[in-house]
Amino acid sequence: MALPEWLALAPTIVLGAAAFALFAIDAADPRAENGALLAGTATLGALAALAFAGWALIAGTGTEEPITLFAGQLVVDGLSSFFTVIVASVAALVTVSSYDYLRGRGDQAEFYSLVMLATIGMSLMAAANSLVTVFLALELSSLPSYALVASLKRNRGSVEAGLKYFLIGALSSAILVYGISLVYGVAGGLRLDAVAEGVATTDLTGVLGVGVLMVLGGFAFKTASVPFHFWAPEAYEGAPAPISALLSSASKAAGFVVTFRVFTTAFGLDLAGVDWVLAFQILAVATMTLGNLAAATQETVKRMLAYSSVGQAGYVLIGLAALGGGQNAGVLGASMLHLLVYGFMNTGAFLFVALAEHWEVGRTFEDYNGLGTRAPVACVAMTVFMFSLAGIPLGGGFFSKLFLFAEAVGAGFWWLAAVGVLNSVISVYFYLRVVRAMWIEEPGENLGRIGEYPVGIYTAVIAAAVVTVALLPGMFLVDGVASDAAAHLF
Amino acid sequence: MLIELLIGLCLLGALVVFTLPDRYVPTAALTASLFPLVTSFVMLAGFDASGNAFLGGELAYETTVRWIELAGLTINWHVGLDGISMPLLVLTTVLTTLAILTAWTPIDARRSQFYGLVLFLEAGLLGVFAVLDFFAWLVFWEAVLVPMYLLIGIWGGPRRKYAAIKFFVYTNVATLVLFVGFFALVFGLGDSISSLDMPAIAQALRNDQLGSLGGVAPGTIKLAAFVALFAGFAVKVPLVPFHTWLPDAHVEAPTPVSIVLAGVLLKMGTYAFLRFNFTMLADVARQYAQLIALLAVVSVVYGALLALAQQDLKRIVAYSSISSMGYVLLGLVAYTVYGVGGATFQMISHGLLSGLLFACVGVIYNTTHTRMVGDMSGLADRMPITTGAFVAGAFGYMGLPFMSGFAAEFFVFRGAFGSPTIGSPLLTAVAMFGIVIVAGYLLYAMQRTLFGEFRLDTDYEVGRARLHDAVPLLVLLAFTIAIGSAPDLAFGMIREAVGPLVEGVS
Repeated sequence: MALPEWLALAPTIVLGAAAFALFAIDAADPRAENGALLAGTATLGALAALAFAGWALIAGTGTEEPITLFAGQLVVDGLSSFFTVIVASVAALVTVSSYDYLRGRGDQAEFYSLVMLATIGMSLMAAANSLVTVFLALELSSLPSYALVASLKRNRGSVEAGLKYFLIGALSSAILVYGISLVYGVAGGLRLDAVAEGVATTDLTGVLGVGVLMVLGGFAFKTASVPFHFWAPEAYEGAPAPISALLSSASKAAGFVVTFRVFTTAFGLDLAGVDWVLAFQILAVATMTLGNLAAATQETVKRMLAYSSVGQAGYVLIGLAALGGGQNAGVLGASMLHLLVYGFMNTGAFLFVALAEHWEVGRTFEDYNGLGTRAPVACVAMTVFMFSLAGIPLGGGFFSKLFLFAEAVGAGFWWLAAVGVLNSVISVYFYLRVVRAMWIEEPGENLGRIGEYPVGIYTAVIAAAVVTVALLPGMFLVDGVASDAAAHLF
Repeated sequence: MLIELLIGLCLLGALVVFTLPDRYVPTAALTASLFPLVTSFVMLAGFDASGNAFLGGELAYETTVRWIELAGLTINWHVGLDGISMPLLVLTTVLTTLAILTAWTPIDARRSQFYGLVLFLEAGLLGVFAVLDFFAWLVFWEAVLVPMYLLIGIWGGPRRKYAAIKFFVYTNVATLVLFVGFFALVFGLGDSISSLDMPAIAQALRNDQLGSLGGVAPGTIKLAAFVALFAGFAVKVPLVPFHTWLPDAHVEAPTPVSIVLAGVLLKMGTYAFLRFNFTMLADVARQYAQLIALLAVVSVVYGALLALAQQDLKRIVAYSSISSMGYVLLGLVAYTVYGVGGATFQMISHGLLSGLLFACVGVIYNTTHTRMVGDMSGLADRMPITTGAFVAGAFGYMGLPFMSGFAAEFFVFRGAFGSPTIGSPLLTAVAMFGIVIVAGYLLYAMQRTLFGEFRLDTDYEVGRARLHDAVPLLVLLAFTIAIGSAPDLAFGMIREAVGPLVEGVS
């Protein structure tokens, strides 16, 4: 018996079911004490989505022949399943750790259901196949995120961050939707394949160029790339740490998947009017350089991680910037692998910060001094994240980052690889600062409060570390999926 | 499967040691290090390779499994040994076990972390010598930085933080430079290779299958890649002028770490020189042989002069490594059996001898709490075993017959004088003169510290070395004399592997 086609959307559907279940639980029993039930429901939903998406990849649902749904508005293929895996994994880690982070707060049900709604938006971004669904999915992921960033209502930093995030988000949404309208005007269609057909024959290249650049701007906001990156450090620092993890890992990955799909499918490599590969080259260099240089000058760990995530977005942009050099599937596949590993190592790092916030050890590098003597297991995990982010083979980040540089050289963009190398060197400095503080420096007095070991955050941090390490030898499990999915875009 | 077992035993040992309470750790770590040690000797006994691993030779203990594949980049788990890597593998296991023994006295804090990291380091070093696929090899090459950084940073001397970060950044930059250089070659080769298998790449390069890449001509790519690789490895070796991280790292590192650092870590650089620059890109190396020989000689003489100017025993030994590594490079660029074979033999010999000298300095420091030449004299009466070992090691360094240093230097000079590539014997003659300086600083240091009337400026009781301090010294001495009096123990298999490399060079 053949399953109905809409079941290909199972990951998104279970996320939606989890969100409604959370509303139902809250309506039936609006007490604050049932945190375990709420966190459990949300985590179960995320894990089920992860399982369905992973199963789709293993079973080959849509990986050879994409499944289009709702008159081509959504598509389920290797790319969408791959990114749903990333988004759902991050969401699961975030909801598990929020169990401790939210303890005693009254708005837990809202928190978890907003996380679920944002995650649905991100998984739809992975599947969006027309400019309308792209925009709707992007808004669905953004609107709950604004509220989540500001969810520490009595914390001025949190509220300020939420406001900034919202204002810049609203501005960039406006730019995106205007760009979409210009592209529509030129192409006469909204589905990505219709756009591709329309732009191939148009002579309105000027209008199209402006539209494409505006769309690019909207995506740059979502991926926290220069020039729309400056909300990121504020939002990540002010937001509750698990939400920073969600935004900087999952939301960024979702931003990249729409960028990959829209630019390769709808606009294509030989687009008349604007050389968007060149635009991505400029963005890649600017994003990684600016992110890493700014990260090197930070005093607090969370803000360093925020800028580092801008820098990492710059590495991922190499995947778009090195297109057209004969290694298209290779570079784009490497970008996808980097986002996958990054989903775990970066989430883990932010959740470690959540742990430190839970213990109230402080925010600066110096406050972490000697933490390794008091909480060795968590600090080993953080060491794995830091080295993996720096591209040292304690984790899968080594492979994915060097794949990007290697494929860039192969595509003839050796200078992009060289800029990446320089950035990588700068990044070693600030990632090692955390390692040095935890293991080498003498313990400070602020460590006295470390008494309890919150089980949720610990589980999430250690799970993220185990996956990060396992992706080093286990890269062979995901390499084929990534390069196949990338190859189908061209 | 023995190589996987070897690496697996180290990692398992590291994991076990890391979780044990400090009290049991030294014994546990020693026991854990004996498993790889015994395995490596079993492998040595059953060693049956012939030819050069990179030039189509028969490998020992070879495994090839497809690992990762990403649109044109295929990475295999390909390991195997030839006559060059086998002795280096044994050197690594021997020095790690002895380093663990020398750590018993000086390391008294956070022991489980220390010994766990040492075993982790061993796994990384073994991988560097055994792995034959570039990306898999790079995993081990880079993984070595992590334990080394922490070992220097946590248990080092007063300026340990500076030394650790300097070591890390220098060698990390070097790696990224050589990475980009190597990939220019890989993509230049295009379809003529199907994976990142280094032997396959070496043969494709030697068969002139390099095409142009991004409009750059093959000759230019080759030269640029050679320079990138050379610079990358020169930092690790280190060659003058890339050497400045070395004295800092050595002086700050605790003794057991110095032993592994000088004994094995520096050999990573020279081993990589041999495999990449002098095997894969042999034609470029031969073309610029005289320039490279000049660099080698500068390293020999400059390193020796730097050592001459030091007052700290450990710094003296550290700088002496720079000149010894210069000899290795000189032997490599000579392209004769004795030259390249002698260079490989010198890697082993220097590993043993510098390990011995660092261990002696460590024992002296643990007893006197000073390393300054001017602070002590006449230790010979009070510390007979250590003094004996130090004197023997120093003479080995200077090239006393029947010790490994003699054989190594003899081979290198014999190879360099008969070299078709270096040309004028003048460079070799100048390099030989370096030995005189080596003799000068070692004799001067020994005369002032070990002999004469007893005097010590620090208030510590000076007694005989304890058993776990004496054993490493005596074992290293025994190995030095063994391969010094019967060089063929190591040189036999080395010659076998070097032969195909120098064939037909004129």
